Amino acid sequence: MKKIFTYYLKPYYLRMVLGFSIKFTGTIMDLLLPWALAHTIDVVVPAGRKGEILLWGLFMIGCSLVAAAFNVLANRMASRVASNAMFSIRGDLFAKVMYLSNRRTDEITRPSLITRLTTDTYNVHQMLGRIQRLGVRAPILLIGGIAMTMALDPVLACVLLATLPLLAAVVTLVSRKSIPMFASLQESTDRFVRLVREDIGGIRVIKALSKEDYERKRFDTINREVVEREKRATVITALTNPSMNILLNLGLVGVILAGACRVNAGTSEVGKILAFMTYFTIILNAMMSISRMFVILSKAAASADRICQILEAEDERELACLTKEGEEFSPFHIEFDHVDFSYNKVCNNIEDITFQLKKGETLGIIGATGSGKSTIVNLLMRFYDADKGSIRIDGQDIKSMDLKTLRKRFGTVFQNDALFENTIYENINMGRNLTRQQAEEAVFYARAREFVEEKGGVDQGLDIKGANLSGGQKQRVLIARALAARPEILILDDSSSALDYKTDAALRREIKTHFSETTCIIVAQRISSVMSADHIMVLEEGRILGYGTHEELMETCTVYQEIGRSQMGAGKEGMG
Amino acid sequence: MGFRKKTLKRLGSYLMRYRWLLLLAVFMTLASNILALMGPMLSGYAIDAIEPGPGRVDFQKVFYYAAWMAGFYAASAMLSYAIAVLMVTISRKVVYAMRRDVFDRLLALPVGYFDLHKTGDIISRISYDIDTVNESLSSDLVQMMTTAITVAGSLYMMIMISPRLVLVFAVTVPLSAWITRFLTGKTRPLFRARSASLGRLNGFGEEMITGQKTIKAYCTEEEIIRSFEEKNRDGVEAYYKAEYYGSTVGPMINFINNLSLSLISVFGAFLYLMGMMSIGQISSFVLYSRKFSGPISEAANITGDLQSAIAAAERVFALLDELEETGDVEQAVQIGTEANPVNGRVELSRVSFGYEEGKAILKDLSLTTEPGQVVAVIGPTGAGKTTLINLLMRFYDVNNGSIRVDGKDIRQIKRASLRKAYAMVLQDTWLFHGTILENLSYGREGITREEVIQAAKAARIHSFIMQLPDGYDTVLKEEGINISKGQKQLLTIVRAMLQDCRMLILDEATSNVDTRTEIRIQEAMLKLMEGKTCFVIAHRLSTIQNASRILVMNHGQVVEQGSHQSLMEAKGLYYQMYQAQFQ
Repeated sequence: MKKIFTYYLKPYYLRMVLGFSIKFTGTIMDLLLPWALAHTIDVVVPAGRKGEILLWGLFMIGCSLVAAAFNVLANRMASRVASNAMFSIRGDLFAKVMYLSNRRTDEITRPSLITRLTTDTYNVHQMLGRIQRLGVRAPILLIGGIAMTMALDPVLACVLLATLPLLAAVVTLVSRKSIPMFASLQESTDRFVRLVREDIGGIRVIKALSKEDYERKRFDTINREVVEREKRATVITALTNPSMNILLNLGLVGVILAGACRVNAGTSEVGKILAFMTYFTIILNAMMSISRMFVILSKAAASADRICQILEAEDERELACLTKEGEEFSPFHIEFDHVDFSYNKVCNNIEDITFQLKKGETLGIIGATGSGKSTIVNLLMRFYDADKGSIRIDGQDIKSMDLKTLRKRFGTVFQNDALFENTIYENINMGRNLTRQQAEEAVFYARAREFVEEKGGVDQGLDIKGANLSGGQKQRVLIARALAARPEILILDDSSSALDYKTDAALRREIKTHFSETTCIIVAQRISSVMSADHIMVLEEGRILGYGTHEELMETCTVYQEIGRSQMGAGKEGMG
Repeated sequence: MGFRKKTLKRLGSYLMRYRWLLLLAVFMTLASNILALMGPMLSGYAIDAIEPGPGRVDFQKVFYYAAWMAGFYAASAMLSYAIAVLMVTISRKVVYAMRRDVFDRLLALPVGYFDLHKTGDIISRISYDIDTVNESLSSDLVQMMTTAITVAGSLYMMIMISPRLVLVFAVTVPLSAWITRFLTGKTRPLFRARSASLGRLNGFGEEMITGQKTIKAYCTEEEIIRSFEEKNRDGVEAYYKAEYYGSTVGPMINFINNLSLSLISVFGAFLYLMGMMSIGQISSFVLYSRKFSGPISEAANITGDLQSAIAAAERVFALLDELEETGDVEQAVQIGTEANPVNGRVELSRVSFGYEEGKAILKDLSLTTEPGQVVAVIGPTGAGKTTLINLLMRFYDVNNGSIRVDGKDIRQIKRASLRKAYAMVLQDTWLFHGTILENLSYGREGITREEVIQAAKAARIHSFIMQLPDGYDTVLKEEGINISKGQKQLLTIVRAMLQDCRMLILDEATSNVDTRTEIRIQEAMLKLMEGKTCFVIAHRLSTIQNASRILVMNHGQVVEQGSHQSLMEAKGLYYQMYQAQFQ
């Protein structure tokens, strides 16, 4: 919350002061009206000066016009400030999310990031606008009202003011209680969003299993929870208004009683008590506005904290960078040197991984699901830092490289990679300013030309998540994306699982002939995808079980033999 | 205009479900306002008692009225708190109902809807838009009621004092009506645009957060941030534009009120000079006119809220109006019951289908499978294999021809019972945030833990599960890092094993399971397939060699069919694809 006021609003301080002064003037104009009216009725009318009555009438209309114009202007300025500040808050938040380290993303979870980017920023935006609009008028009225009562009768004013500490206590108590409630509300909103998101993703499965009722029940639980929490928080904040009302009105009763004594003693007059009543209404209304501000503030405080939590989270741009050691010569392009890593820091996901690749060589990684194949890719691209050991590219530790320069060397297809709702060209380009020719070439190498042309070329749009493509077509667009910039290192993480063998084989041929300078890492299930690689790594439970060429492994590695037999052996039988 | 009225009417229909509570709220608002109005009257009496001046104050009376005042104020405050609570309760009920309706609709929509609408935008409707509606409901409704009551009351009082002076309002009230109308006419499309641009912004944000890793891998953060900036700019500009006019309403209405005050003072003064009014009457008229216009300007302030609420409600209703999957026909039969068991004979006769008109994916496809047969479908990607499944499960209806199960056209079968007759393992594994046990027993209710463990053992995933911190009670987190795609696939296989079905669809069910594991689960898979009519889609040709029949599809048609042996001998497309494995 503090950050939003001290950092994001800072550039607008001057403008806000200007806006406040305009609003101040407008409010003063508003307050001039009753005074002018009183003057007309008390002084001008009894004297019967008709011309002057008209003049005062015009004066009042003038004041109204100025008040309206100034208030409109001030409100618009406030909206401008709120929108501009929101623009930078949301922009910074999104940028931060994009650079957020994978570890933090895993921790916070994506649905929560999404709610923070959407509902939380919205809450703050609303608060910024309203606070500015309410924030001037109410204090002016309050202070003005109190000043007037003080001038009328300080003793009676003190009776009224005695309720102020109580009021302050109510406001602080309520906001102290409600802020955590709003925070827990946002938490359940996270869960709510997660469920909706999850169900949209699994809609086919839900329908296939006819689990709509079950999902309805699940949704019902969380829907109830959100509504319940919101209700509880609102019920608490709703306490402010009536308790202010009651306190101030009791103060008024006190004023009457004290006034009665003072009038009786001859130290005050009835007229003063009457005037007191008028100002009292103003004070009461001002207090109401202020209490409304507190409600808005406490609601936004929870959201603001959630936003700031992200803004202050570690991000990849601040990753610890080793100082670059003197350019060490290495005959190898990629080296893993006794690398250990664990996601949860309890048990290692990979252990003691060592291998070296020369430029242009291909490494195939094969192994059971969960054996750590993708983890190797994650470490090489520095999505996570190895716990032990080092990873070098061209002899230089990747931790001493600029993250961007490091990642720019790669062309990668992940398991479950993302396609965006954009043209095929943009999906391949990924903002790298590739020429269309480069993109079309990549489409050709990725064996995607046929269906891309059928769709109408690379300028055709893809639906959300590439929904208008089949599984194999998606993978080929992704491969085209990886190939398009002629990367130094190509990583294909299980990216041909939906391709039929024929296409897969043709694709590998294309890569071999046209990307001979590119070092490749191919993670696969099929032995045919890796068997022609220069090195094949067999992983099991995070450890290297075998390393060598296809022929070597067929002789030495029992696990590899088993895989080989299952895939090739069956084939030979079939052919026989 | 008609559109807006319809929106309001629908919104009203949600409220009317709680009409008794609403009526209670109206009643309480009335009571609380009257109590509040009694306060000044009582204070007047108390002051009258003080009036006589020093030494002659009637303390007994003062105390008497002061006590009443305290009592009335306390009662009024309590009532207003009760109203707030009541209104919060009602509005939460409405929100709850609206969210439930939206979610129900989401589940009933055809699956294609989600291919065309961004998840973020849908989420934005079910959360932010409904919230906006709700916020305005809970606060603005009470305000409106208070306004109505106070306005009516003070108008009555003013007419009693001076019907002539009330004529001033004949000028200002139409003027304010005109201004409000003008401004709301201006703001309505702006608020609509604001909701829409926020939806787009959220949609984009969601898509990019989902693809964050890819974006990082290609170092396009800056590019993406730039395009987000554009959408962000659009979003805040739309917000600003709506506020630009929205925040004008308040001061303008305030201006009209001030104008009435000025007019009242001038005309009142002349009336006084003509001897038609006393000073006291003018001052009480002014007091009441203040009371009259105060709530009106409050009401004007909330028209902005109302506008945005209506715009948000429109988006919610638009989602509710999306065409859902066609309902079951009247005579639709329930299959899979005791009286109507499923045998598993599936016939496709001359089926044609395309997602878009004129772009047929399947052309004139005919196929009959007997109960217990395994039909393998292979072909290059994009040949229409997944589409075939969409039709079998009736995610889509055929354009031409028919699909029959046990001789009944599937359009004559209750959709839910048809889908329940199939077990399905898809390429895209889907697990939800819940324990492993919940995920595994998802397909069948009332299943014992023992049965689940048996199936997991058969699928060779039991030991992996046991390694997890809480075993079967481990909560699977979204995009959990502790579980690979292959393991997810195994879990969905277990889920299918636990279903009690006569028909099975395996769409690349084991594409991410490594072959060694695949061999180990072979037995389980065979058990899963036993006695069931199976449709198997696979790339790994080794997995389908035992199929009773292999269909080779290309460009939406079956180009070859037969057993593995006969297809190998035919040396057609199948033979080529088979050979490609070893190249």
